[in-house]
Amino acid sequence: MDFTFNEEQTLIQDQVDQFVQKEYDWETRQSLSNSDLGFGESNWQKFAELGWLGISVSEDSGGFGGSAIESMLIMEAFGKGLVVEPFLETMIMAGSLIDDHGSDEQKSSVLEPAISGEMHLALAYAEPQSRFNLSDVVTEAKSDGENYILNGYKSVVMNGPSASKIIVSARTSSSQLDENGITLFIVDSDSKGLAKTNYKTVDGRRASDLTLENVSVSRDNIIGGLDSGFEILDSAIDKSILAISAEAVGAMEVLYKTTVEYTKTREQFGTSIGKFQVLQHRMVDMFMEYEQCKSLLYMATMKHEEGAPDAKKAISGLKYQVGKAGKFIGQQAVQLHGGMGVTDELNVGHYFKRLTTVGTIFGNTDYHLKKYTSL
Amino acid sequence: MDLKFSEADVTFREEVVNFLETEYPDDIKEKQDKRIPLEKDEIVRWQQILNKKGWFAINWPTEYTNQEELSVTQKYILQEELAKANTPTTIPFGVGMCAPVVYTFGTDEQKEKFLPSILNSEVWWCQGYSEPGSGSDLASLKTKAELKGDKYIVNGAKTWTTLAQHADWIFCLVRTETTDIKQEGISFLLIDMKTPGIEVKPIITIDGSHEVNMVYFDNVEVPAENLVGEQGQGWNIAKFLLAHERSGIAGIAALKRELSRLKDLSSDIPLGEGTLLEDVQFRNKIEETEIELTATEFTELRTLAAMSQGGSPGAESSILKIKGTELQQTISELFVEMLAYYAHPFYLENEIGTNETVGPDYAAPVMPHYLNYRKVTIYGGSNEIQRNVISKAILGL
Repeated sequence: MDFTFNEEQTLIQDQVDQFVQKEYDWETRQSLSNSDLGFGESNWQKFAELGWLGISVSEDSGGFGGSAIESMLIMEAFGKGLVVEPFLETMIMAGSLIDDHGSDEQKSSVLEPAISGEMHLALAYAEPQSRFNLSDVVTEAKSDGENYILNGYKSVVMNGPSASKIIVSARTSSSQLDENGITLFIVDSDSKGLAKTNYKTVDGRRASDLTLENVSVSRDNIIGGLDSGFEILDSAIDKSILAISAEAVGAMEVLYKTTVEYTKTREQFGTSIGKFQVLQHRMVDMFMEYEQCKSLLYMATMKHEEGAPDAKKAISGLKYQVGKAGKFIGQQAVQLHGGMGVTDELNVGHYFKRLTTVGTIFGNTDYHLKKYTSL
Repeated sequence: MDLKFSEADVTFREEVVNFLETEYPDDIKEKQDKRIPLEKDEIVRWQQILNKKGWFAINWPTEYTNQEELSVTQKYILQEELAKANTPTTIPFGVGMCAPVVYTFGTDEQKEKFLPSILNSEVWWCQGYSEPGSGSDLASLKTKAELKGDKYIVNGAKTWTTLAQHADWIFCLVRTETTDIKQEGISFLLIDMKTPGIEVKPIITIDGSHEVNMVYFDNVEVPAENLVGEQGQGWNIAKFLLAHERSGIAGIAALKRELSRLKDLSSDIPLGEGTLLEDVQFRNKIEETEIELTATEFTELRTLAAMSQGGSPGAESSILKIKGTELQQTISELFVEMLAYYAHPFYLENEIGTNETVGPDYAAPVMPHYLNYRKVTIYGGSNEIQRNVISKAILGL
């Protein structure tokens, strides 16, 4: 048993931490989040140059052959700075999926430009009725000669506005809730019949709803095989859960520490409020919840890397804990900051908002508790 | 012990329902139902409609309203029906806070000057209590009022001042003396917001809305006759008012409406072969909330009954503040859970209710409401302070 990182991993961790500390102060983050693009294009190019984008992508696919541990370290550091650049969306959700299951042609035309920072990606899996169920797919794709014709609607596609290629899950056979009969297609953003409604999300990021009306996609754009998209999607979401949980752990660390510091300096009734036992115990609970998340994060990431038979169960356990702890830590950080915690000006409320969306994305506590029980 | 309503009460309920059918304006109703924030004049218009019927200042002594007094049960029925119809929340700062202070502690001249314009909603009041350095420890407030001749000169800053951007007047706690016991140097002062030297600056909250403000006072001259009660009596008035503020803070009737709305909406959300409402995990949370809400409703009814027997709202109202606000937060959270991904698209106040939003038509205000309602366990005396009150005043610890 070993919980230490190797030399290269420590190096990347330091590098990303340094970036967040030196180049991503709160003002910068807010101006990027409020910009039209919603993040910094020059930051993205920097991530590409430093090799962060391709770090967890296999060497065969043009990456640097790292593991989920490198992604975890990057995401944890990003969580500390509430980084809005869509690393999760482009490189984990969509990128890892192509890395694991894409054809050589798909890797060179989609994944390689993503690694070099030239192309953004997104994964469109949710539909208005699907909630968190990846197999609840109504959007359909019908064979038409060499092509497939897609019709349907996809909800809250994260990084949708910037993505020039979107991986869309569509039903090619079986019925609405079936795991069989789902196929993944790489769809060009400027395809005829594809309409994006773009918007800001509450965590300061960007997303789109997609309408697909007779969108024609060639067979070459199917990822994996026909009708076998569910397992591919499911494993990409597992990796995404590991990554977003790492981000949450980083955000939780900042929140509990910021709260502790604030209560040391905020004076009421002639003393710092951190001297009140009721608040001390609350902060101890925040700290413990954070530590518990971190433990499950390490455990689940290692099980996933080892291909352990209970890796999926571990991932659901992790996401459940992240949802529960994120809510508690976020809400209490706001409460203990008093009125200041509810202001747009202070960063605390924004960390709370991100932990709130993280609690929902890829399945909330109810969903993962149920999944944990079933596995 | 009897839970049944009398025949007269049933008739009264019919009267309220009929009133709402005929007098609740369609344009306001439409905005309310879409959860679009109201403009100042719409709130004022609704308050005036209520007042015309004698149902606005229902807690005032009738000598100041010339209206018929409602029984505790009638007030309960009225509030329940108003909330059920989703009518606008009346703004408490004038009718529920400043007025009770004026009619309890004020001079006859003050009563004549201030009460009629509160009653007909001509004058909008805001509350100048919290300061940047004085939140939970309200008595540590520093805004200074120095008596010079027949004027007080006010200097300092107030914060979290709700809807100060609409206000004509502000009632303030100010420090008129530096005393060993900090509570003894506080006075209660009424200030015209148009007085030179007052500046209002918006504070934007995490839901993106402008509801609260900073209010700055720079050598603001206030006529000495605007002091309510004796100089140095402000803390007693503040304590009186905090008990008043807490007694309505639970908002039970609105919570019942929202919980029933949550059930309705979630019964239309498909989940696998069934609906979200049929999902055991979600359903259990709704039912736990319903039981807690019912308990809180009857705790409030017991408190109200005791008040109608001549009791005054004391530390018991802290129970209602804690339970009511926790329920408000729980329900706002369940709405977010219900929406799943569609809680995330984020729109500003002026975009809510437009066709530009995605997801179900009720989705856009849900997340802002959840975020905004983090305030309720902080304001009106944080829930930590309320627990201190119960611990000291009721449990004697």
